[in-house]
Amino acid sequence: MKTLHMIIDGKEIQAEEGATLLQVARKEGISIPTLCEHHELSPYGACRLCSVEIVKGGRTKVVASCVYPAEEGLVVNTATPRIQKIRVIILELLLASSPKGEVEKLAAEYGADSGKFAKELTFCILCGLCVRYCQEVKGEGALGFIGRGVERQVVYYPHLAKESCLKCDQKCVSLCPTCILPNIFGLAIPAFDKTYPTVYPVRLLDENNLFNLSNTIK
Amino acid sequence: MVRKIKAPKDLSKLKETLLAKRNVVKSRVVVCGGTGCLAYGSKKVFELFKEEIDRHNLFAEVELKNSGCHGFCENGVVVLLFPQEICYLRVRVEDVAEIVSSTLIKKEIITRLLFQDLNSGERIAKEAEIPFYKHQSQLVFGSNRFIDPKEINDYIAIGGYEALAKVLEEMTPQEVIEEVKKANVRGRGGGGFPAGIKWETTRQAPGEIKYAVVNCDEGDPGAYMDRSIMEGNPHRVLEGLIINAYAIGASEGFIYIRQEYPLATENTLHAISQAQEYGLLGKNILGSSFHFSVTVHRGAGAFVSGESSALMAAIEGRVGQPRPKYTRTAVSGIWGRPSNLNNVETLANIPLVINRGADWYSSIGTENSKGTKIFSLVGNVNNTGLVEVPMGTTIREIVYDIGGGIPGGKEFKAVQIGGPSGGCIPQQFLDMPIDFDEFSKVGAMMGSGGMIVMDEETCMVDVARYFLDFLAEESCGKCVPCREGIKQLLAILQRISRGEGNEGDLSVLEELADVISDASLCALGQTAANPVLTAIKYFREEYLAHILEKRCPTKVCQGLITYFIDPEKCRGCGACLKNCPSEAIDGDRRQIHVILQDKCIKCGICADVCPEKFHAVRKLSGEPVPAVPLNREICRGEN
Amino acid sequence: MATANFASVKNGGMDTFGKITEICLKYGGEESYLIQILLEIQNEFNWLPKEAMLRLQDELHVPLPRLYEIATFYKVFSLIPRGRNLIKVCTGTACHVRKAPVLINRVIQLLRIKPGETTDDLRFSLETVGCLGCCALGPVLLINSEYHSNPTTSQLEKLFSECL
Repeated sequence: MKTLHMIIDGKEIQAEEGATLLQVARKEGISIPTLCEHHELSPYGACRLCSVEIVKGGRTKVVASCVYPAEEGLVVNTATPRIQKIRVIILELLLASSPKGEVEKLAAEYGADSGKFAKELTFCILCGLCVRYCQEVKGEGALGFIGRGVERQVVYYPHLAKESCLKCDQKCVSLCPTCILPNIFGLAIPAFDKTYPTVYPVRLLDENNLFNLSNTIK
Repeated sequence: MVRKIKAPKDLSKLKETLLAKRNVVKSRVVVCGGTGCLAYGSKKVFELFKEEIDRHNLFAEVELKNSGCHGFCENGVVVLLFPQEICYLRVRVEDVAEIVSSTLIKKEIITRLLFQDLNSGERIAKEAEIPFYKHQSQLVFGSNRFIDPKEINDYIAIGGYEALAKVLEEMTPQEVIEEVKKANVRGRGGGGFPAGIKWETTRQAPGEIKYAVVNCDEGDPGAYMDRSIMEGNPHRVLEGLIINAYAIGASEGFIYIRQEYPLATENTLHAISQAQEYGLLGKNILGSSFHFSVTVHRGAGAFVSGESSALMAAIEGRVGQPRPKYTRTAVSGIWGRPSNLNNVETLANIPLVINRGADWYSSIGTENSKGTKIFSLVGNVNNTGLVEVPMGTTIREIVYDIGGGIPGGKEFKAVQIGGPSGGCIPQQFLDMPIDFDEFSKVGAMMGSGGMIVMDEETCMVDVARYFLDFLAEESCGKCVPCREGIKQLLAILQRISRGEGNEGDLSVLEELADVISDASLCALGQTAANPVLTAIKYFREEYLAHILEKRCPTKVCQGLITYFIDPEKCRGCGACLKNCPSEAIDGDRRQIHVILQDKCIKCGICADVCPEKFHAVRKLSGEPVPAVPLNREICRGEN
Repeated sequence: MATANFASVKNGGMDTFGKITEICLKYGGEESYLIQILLEIQNEFNWLPKEAMLRLQDELHVPLPRLYEIATFYKVFSLIPRGRNLIKVCTGTACHVRKAPVLINRVIQLLRIKPGETTDDLRFSLETVGCLGCCALGPVLLINSEYHSNPTTSQLEKLFSECL
């Protein structure tokens, strides 16, 4: 493995080729907030809280440190005013839908204003940790995404869950950064009926209702 | 019959044979079969021409052709008559018999079907002299009118596939790349990235298997250049693609066509099977050792699919979501293999570069933007359609010389360039030249070539809201800044357009826009704020009118307008009453009609159906609704 | 366009499954053609019935959540039955500045359904499209496969009456 030389927050450091900037920074004891990252899962790059500034060829650029690979000679700054502002705004955006758990904690740390944006509570930030854990680690398909854009949602397939969730360690629940997962299925599905006729085949597939199943998970 | 062309020299032989055959024909009738003309009934017009030509026994001397789009779409059906080069516009089935008997037989011109200059009233017969065409230089698009897109021989007759023959016979892949680099062909899909450099990256990327991919997922609203090239001259794109594949070392390719373009898919599939038959695709192309095959993938309705990594995900059969591209798709694309993606128009330029050379090509245009660019000139402009101009042409020349200015004597307000990633360019930049870098300087971008002209009646708050509405639906929804940021930008603009904005909104919009641009995962998000930012930058006072005065100056924003029936003009015809969906109109025969404001849903149907001669429904904004006259009786005799 | 032999879909009839197998075979059962296969299934039935999705899961060995993720991501797919006549109103920029919102309101007023909805008799479905690519003719409306440039209320009445 090649050793790379980089500068992070003014400090000269060495990094292994193939590591992400996030991994490199953490190894150096620099803390970078994340919401969609987990060591058992492949990098996703969705929450963008881990944004950092890199200087390359004289130009400064914002990149997501969880997916950006370490490079020889790279200069990285993890907490510039521009980066702090990005994090604050992202947290303010998330507070509008999910003022709970990890989001709430980070928001307090960064001084994010919970009243800045119009609220519409869903308690899901679509970090995909649960879906990805279910699909990537467990190779199961009890959870999935549907829709796109502002209508993207996490859905639960009860009839598939019947087989897979009971034999699973159900770690997806503890991964949820808004701590709402045990309830999210219950919150999400009734709403689908109105806006997402698309999900009715799923509901029709299973005679167990969601609350029953999430109770079993608990 | 196997018609395989086994060597480049056989291609030139075929061309000569085709041309010799063509010389026998005395005149040619070309009926445009582009999507615009089809909407005006070009299929029936074509059939009728066939019947009439048969009826007059002219089939030996008249050649009838169904071509792709010529660009002057709003004036369809467009019919061209050669050799005189007469251009008939707005041709309907009723006109066909007369065109055959008068123009084809008696050589008389039918004046009413000619282009008429709006200002001078002058009629123009010759296509090339019509201002719309006169100021263009259709290097890429021009050949459409000589080609039946379903007939490969038509393309070969005008020199088609000669560039491919030249490449296979005389040039190494590296030489092809050098030529494209020297010509400085920049990507026409939006970003303007130098095609030659992209090709080189893919060529040099490690890996046995590489892919050559065509992006025909033209999603920018208001743009349809790629559609018309793909529908009208699919072989040209195919030739560009095969040359590209040869240069990068790909033996497999994909053409991704958006679902909304069924005719483009049909013509492309047809062209592919013809090219296979002719030995221009498949094994040992033109007798060389080069193999290449291509597959068509249809999109399923997603704007974000135009983004390279999303497009490639769709080809793999996955959700079209962009991935972080810190490794370029040119290096790791479809199934992790080096994949070169070019836009339709970019590839259509390639045969030109090879045939006429990089020196000739780079003599056209500006210092850093070479060749021509096709724009879809649409919106509030007199001559709408597709226009191809050399880079460096000014926006003013396009809007006024080619487009004939703004209809109805209204004022020019802005031109929207670059789709949802672009911006609104105001009056003061009308003399800006078409150039990738100049556009970026003013906060817009070249984009794929949509050029939407907006007149004084367009509300810039509404336009920004419109684009955000579009993006909120079209964002893939994966990353937070794009998904949640656009949602909040939209919410703020919706408030402003309802008259509920406050002074702090503009700074929040700007602050949020910065973060969305900086932190989003892909280009969709990174450029999503451009329409809002340019609108605030250049039309700030219009935003302030909405926010501070609770008034929409152009009377577009529904929440800030009221509909009102002018008692002086209403003749009590009842059209509004009959069509109002919310029973918000009160009136009777011979009685002045009145809108019940509390029931009105501001759909505008009343204004829409009010007969033009009365024109009694008015919109008001920022002023009180005048009182209803006490006597609502309409005097007899006035009706 | 085929309007789905609805009954046989409901019963999971043999011909339905046969058709899906046939479509999958045409694409060599290759997962990478998933979107193409879904397009063809929708073309066949006019929507994507649950039974078809379940069958597809078995044919292509693609997990159901992935099928639904794709089917809800792309705008053309419909997971509910659609009308025999599909009306699409273009909301592209060129159409928008030429008063497409008024055209949409005309259609809503006549069909009494909103975009995304289907009439109870399954005669019409109304949709809006980001851009139909027919910009010079804006505002544009597509009835099944025919484009129309800015039809008035009375022209629309006539056009709709011709749709069976």
